[in-house]
This record gives sequence, C-alpha cells and structure tokens, in this order.
Amino acid sequence: MKRQVPVLITFIVGTVLILSVFFPPAERLGEDFSIFFDIIAVFAFFLGGGNLLRIHFGKVYQKREDWGFSIVTLCGFAIMMMAGLFKLWNPGGIAADVAAPGSLFQLMYDWIFNPLGASMYSLLAFYVASASYRAFRAKNIDATILLIAAFVILLGRTPLGMYVTSWVPESFSILQIPNLAIWIMVSPNLAGQRAIMIGIALGVVSMSLRLILGVERTYLGVDNE
Amino acid sequence: MDRSRRISLIIFAGIIILFILSWIIKSTTLLNVGTESLLSIRDAFFITFAAFLTLAIFSFLYKDNPYYKFAEHLFVGVSAAYWMCVGFWSTFVGNFIPKVSTTLSNFFEVPPKEFDIFYFIPLILGLMLLMRLSPKGGWLSRWSLAFIVGTTAGLNLIRYLRTDFITQVSNTFIPLLVDWNGIGPFFSDFSLSASGQFVMTLGNWVIFIGVFSGLIYFFFSKEHKGFFGHASRVGIWVLMITFGASFGYTVMGRVSLLVGRLTFLFKDWLGLIS
Amino acid sequence: MSDIGLILSIGVIVVGLLWLTIRSLTGREVERRIIFLFIGISVAIPLLFNITVSEKATPIVKGIYDKVENLPSGSKILISFDYGPSMAPEVEPMSDAFLRHALAKGHKVFIMGLWATGQSLGAAAVDKIVKPEFPDKVDGVDYINIGYKAGNQGVLNVIITDFRKMYATDVNGVDLDSVEIFENIRSLKDMDLILCVGGGFPGIKEWVLFAADPGNIPLAGGSAAVATPLLYPYYPKQLIGLLGGIKGAAEYESEMKKNYPRFADMPTPGLNMMGPQTLAHMVVMAFIVIGNLSFFFAKRRKK
Repeated sequence: MKRQVPVLITFIVGTVLILSVFFPPAERLGEDFSIFFDIIAVFAFFLGGGNLLRIHFGKVYQKREDWGFSIVTLCGFAIMMMAGLFKLWNPGGIAADVAAPGSLFQLMYDWIFNPLGASMYSLLAFYVASASYRAFRAKNIDATILLIAAFVILLGRTPLGMYVTSWVPESFSILQIPNLAIWIMVSPNLAGQRAIMIGIALGVVSMSLRLILGVERTYLGVDNE
Repeated sequence: MDRSRRISLIIFAGIIILFILSWIIKSTTLLNVGTESLLSIRDAFFITFAAFLTLAIFSFLYKDNPYYKFAEHLFVGVSAAYWMCVGFWSTFVGNFIPKVSTTLSNFFEVPPKEFDIFYFIPLILGLMLLMRLSPKGGWLSRWSLAFIVGTTAGLNLIRYLRTDFITQVSNTFIPLLVDWNGIGPFFSDFSLSASGQFVMTLGNWVIFIGVFSGLIYFFFSKEHKGFFGHASRVGIWVLMITFGASFGYTVMGRVSLLVGRLTFLFKDWLGLIS
Repeated sequence: MSDIGLILSIGVIVVGLLWLTIRSLTGREVERRIIFLFIGISVAIPLLFNITVSEKATPIVKGIYDKVENLPSGSKILISFDYGPSMAPEVEPMSDAFLRHALAKGHKVFIMGLWATGQSLGAAAVDKIVKPEFPDKVDGVDYINIGYKAGNQGVLNVIITDFRKMYATDVNGVDLDSVEIFENIRSLKDMDLILCVGGGFPGIKEWVLFAADPGNIPLAGGSAAVATPLLYPYYPKQLIGLLGGIKGAAEYESEMKKNYPRFADMPTPGLNMMGPQTLAHMVVMAFIVIGNLSFFFAKRRKK
C-alpha cells in the first residue's frame, strides 16, 4: 500500500500523458491530468508555507539562536498572507485581480518583495567581480580558451568592443569584437550547448522511463518514514 | 551595558532617525509634485522602506549583520506568502472552485462551471500532500508525489525526446559548404567578412564537429584514447568556449541587477537622476 | 555634464586600477571589500552622470522586431511574463518594449505568466504602459491580462489544445467567453506570435518544448543574460529571435526609437543601463588581467 500504490499511480499517469500525444481520444484525459497537476501544485505552495511556519514557530518556541528573526519571517508571512487572502485595499473588491495596482498585496510586492529579491541577487555582481580577480586564472590551455572567450563576450556585449575595433576593414569584419562575439555565440557556444542539451535530453528520457516503469523509486523515500 | 551593545544601540537609533527624516523629506517632495497628501505619505513610507531594505541587503558586503538578517528573514516570509496567495486565487479559486461548488463560486465571484466530480481527485491528493506536515501520516503524501512525478515524467519524456534530442541532432546536419558555387568563385571572393562565405562555412564546420566532439567527451563507456581521445580533447575546447561565453553573460546579467538597484536608489529614493 | 562624468569616472577607475595593479604585483593582499567598492563605483558614477551609449540591433534582435513589424495589424500576440524580482531589472525593459511595440502596431495582446510574480508584473505593465500611453486601447478588445496559473509546463500542455479549460476568466474574473478578444481563439495554436520574457524555470525553454515545437507556433523571447547562451541551440529554427540580457533590450529599444517617432521620448531603461554596464565590464576585464598578471609574477618569484 505504501509503495505499490504510488508506483501504480506514476505508471498510469505517465503512460496516459505519453499516449495523449499519439492518440487524440487520450488527449482529453491528458489535459485533465495536467489540470489536476496544476491544482496539486497549489497545495505544494501551501505545503511550503506550512513547513515554513512549522520551522519558525518551532524556533521561536524553543528560543533557538536568532529566534527573533523568525518573528520577522512570521510577521512578513502573516501580513502578506492577509493582504493577499482578504484582498486588503483592493480597489476592485473580492472579484478583482489579487495583484491589482493600489492593493496592499501589490504595494508589498512592489516595495518589499521586489526590492529584497532584486537586491539579494544584485549582490552577485560584487562576488562575480571578486571571482574575476581571484579565481579566473590562465593556468592551462583549457582555462586560457575559457578566459579568451569570456573576454571577447565581455567586450563584444558593450559598445566598447565596437570602438576598439572599428578600424578593422569590412573584408575582415569577423575580427571586429562585436562580430566575433556574435560568431562565438552562434557557432562554438551553440555547438557546446547543443552537446550538453542532447546529453540532458537523453538523461531526462531515460529517467522518465525508469520512473514510469517503476525502476526508479528513490522519490518514495525510505520505508520507515 | 557593554561597549559593543551601546554602539549597536546608537547605530540602530541613527538608522531610525535617518528613516524618519527620509520619510518626511520624501513625503514633502511627493506633495510638491501634486500627489494627494495621504497617498504621498504612504508612498513615501514604502519608497523609504524599500530603500532601507536594499541598503540592509548591501550591508552584507561589509559583513554579516542583524540588518541583513532582518531583510533576509522578511524576504523569506513575504515570498512564501506571495506564492501561496497568487496560487490560491489564480488556480484554486480560478480552476477548482467553479468545477465543484456553485455556492463557493458565487462567494468568490467567479463564474461557476459544470460540476465535475473528478475534480475531487486533485483535492484529495492535495490534502494528502499536506499530510507530509504530520509526523505519522507522512507516507500518504507519497500518493500525491507519485502523481506529480508521473505527470512530469509523462510530459517530459516525449517533449525532450522530440525537441532537445531529435530536432537538435537533425539541426546539426547542416551544409558544410555554404552557398557553394565552385572552388574558383570561393577563392576569388575570399574574405573574412562576418557575413562572408568562408566565415559561414567555418561556423557550420564548428557546429558540426563541435557537437559530435562534445558528445564524445560526455561518452564515458569507452576510454578516451587515440582518435576518441583527440575528439574528446576538441570537445573540451568547445565546451570551454561555451563556459567562457556563459561566464561573460553571467557577469553582464549580475551587473544589470546591480544597475537596477542603484537606479532605484538614485532615482526613486534620492531623486538624484531623472 | 555627461562628458565630465565620463572623464571623472574613467579617471577614478584608472587611478584605482593602477593602485590595485601595483599592490597585486608586489604580492600584497587586496581586501575583497576594495574589489566590491570598485564595482560599486564603476556602476554608480555613469548612472549619476547619465552616461549613455548608442546601440544597433543585431540580427538575432532584429528577427523579433521584424516579425512584430511585419505581422498584419490585428494579429494575436501573447506575451508571457515569466520572471521575478531576481531578474526584473534586465528583462522588464524587454517586456515593456514588446508590449509598446505590439500595441503601437495595432496587434491584439494577450498577457499571461507561468511565474506567480507574472500576476503582479502583468498588472503593473497594464497600469504603467497600456493605460497612460495607449488610452484608446480597450481591455478585452485590444488587450487582455489572463494572469498566472500554477503548474509550469502542465499549464502549457493544456492551453496548447484548449485555453478555456485552463483559463475560465481573465484576472478580473471576466468570463473569457464574453470578451471580444477571445472570439475565435481556442488554443495557443491560434496565436500568431508568442513572446516569452524570462530566464528561469519555467521560461523560454519550456515554451519551446511544450508549445512552439509541438504546436508549430512562432516563438521569440527575451532572456536574462545568465540563461541566454543555453537557448542558442534553438535559434533560428525553433526561436525566431532572442534578446539576450540588457544589451538585447537596449538594441530593441533603439530600433523602436529609430522607426517610431511616438517612441522618441519613451523611457529606455535598457539603453540607460548600457553606460554603467560598459564601465563595469571594463573593470571586470581589468580585474581578470591584473589577477593573471599577479599570478604569473607570483609564479616567477617562486621559481
């Protein structure tokens, strides 16, 4: 019951979705399964929220290290949740878009969620610059090739590349940095990415087959769970 | 009170004073451009708050500190609630409720649809997924997980096989002599022009050889020796160019994000640029 | 002012880099915060002095522009907002430009999102661009925002055959059967062009896999720089064109400004960001050179 039923569910759902591509009568069933998947995905969001509450309430209750910051998480969660679920300050009432301009939910998105997310990721600009200085070394031929490609792209993706090599005559225009950067992207980069893509595709196909046929069961976890 | 605690308190007080000052100045600025008084106070608060949150995140560059931790923890809480709310209204209320209850549809003001008993399947599986939070009923969530895994596997198998395997292999078989009109015209018009015949031909050779040598590099069932070894070496060089290009683009992307944040600070908050 | 800014910023950066070079070559440690300061300054100064640069559309960008331009007026274009705050500064200019261009050309625009944040971004785009700049355009007639649905590729698997099965209403709860723009639209296959703006999962890749390829629908996109190199294998057969990072956005904006007098004064965040971007790239390249020089000198000293 704990293992056989899930394996059977995976087999049925996976097979129906594959058949729906080839047989039009199965198409409707494939669509239904996709919608069910979408609705379950919302429960996965609820699960994420529930887990977050469990962890941070636990931290506050047990007064573990930095428990004060867990209160910040819980408050942020509660206020955003109320703003969204009750559509607070929403000019269109309950029928309107949850993210309608002027609603508290959208204000919190614009002025809290968005700046925090964008700032968090913008920190990487500093670290990538630091890595360029400390770790990006031409230690061997492979690293040198990587370095030269990166250099051409960095130059070519700004107007600076054009200024530097604008004197190169038209009959040698591939040597102009922006053209060279484009060539790198559409030839060697494309080739490398395609090789990786084909490899990943084979991996996805074989893993999907293993899952559908019940050979791969690690996602079910261990039995004593 | 020890010295470090006193310094922390002074910094905290300074930040609060700065925040209030900034809020007042921003409100006045917004009032001057004709925004309604209550709205300008509200908007000024939010802009100032966003600016201070941005600075709190940036403070991590100096070292880890309570202001960064505050911003980080707030982000976690707010983003989790954001995804839950949007998921609830868009998909749960938008797709599930109209199919199962006219009363609930009327309550949420969404047009009801024809009743469909099969829509209780995702409800039951969804509730079973939530059982993961319970210490004893965790195994029940495997059923919903199995549904998710089955759907993903079923969807991916055919699409990846077709688009990322068959089509990519087919797209690799390209003409190795572009616009070929004979050896005479080729050498008489020979140039290194970016749109010239030689460069286009070279590009196609690089793609053709690059893809196969790249794949050879990833093939570990045969020892990389002799011809296989040489091909695999070429594959590494192609992959190195690929990673170099990715690095260049990564720098570009990360810098853009920083430009975006500084634009917000200079334009929306401080009003230094128009 | 711009010239003074340029000279000042280059001056500050050159002096700083010289100092860094000397310090590195003499084998002394450089604090990571100094590196951080450099990158901060190289971005901040060009912003403050409004250093701008000009751009010209490359073929991969021009491909999208020409497609939108050459479609007959009234064609159906779907724009998917598949991004969040983590990449908004570099891809938001793209979705804004696509939206402006499509509406100015008289196309019917359908807005949706595979990211929950797409719900907010779509609503903001309508409020910020459509309502003030295109007041004659009517919601439900010339454009519609159908918002976000959970389920990633599962959503695409349904709307590739039936829109209404997934989207019963628009974001304001209006039944899709009652809106003019959705007359004669059954599935994604009825779209003349899909423009996906994103850079993560789900994003352009999923649109190629689950919509454009199986449905044979023209697809183009704007991608965050980080994800751009990964998408080149799809170009040009499965992707008409691609805006890669902020430079792609800047190129598209410049093309719009060149060809549409009404867009001469439009906000061009992409073009504005290229000034700081250029200086930051210069600094990063200088870091690579200095880092390698110090590496070789250190190696020689050891020998």
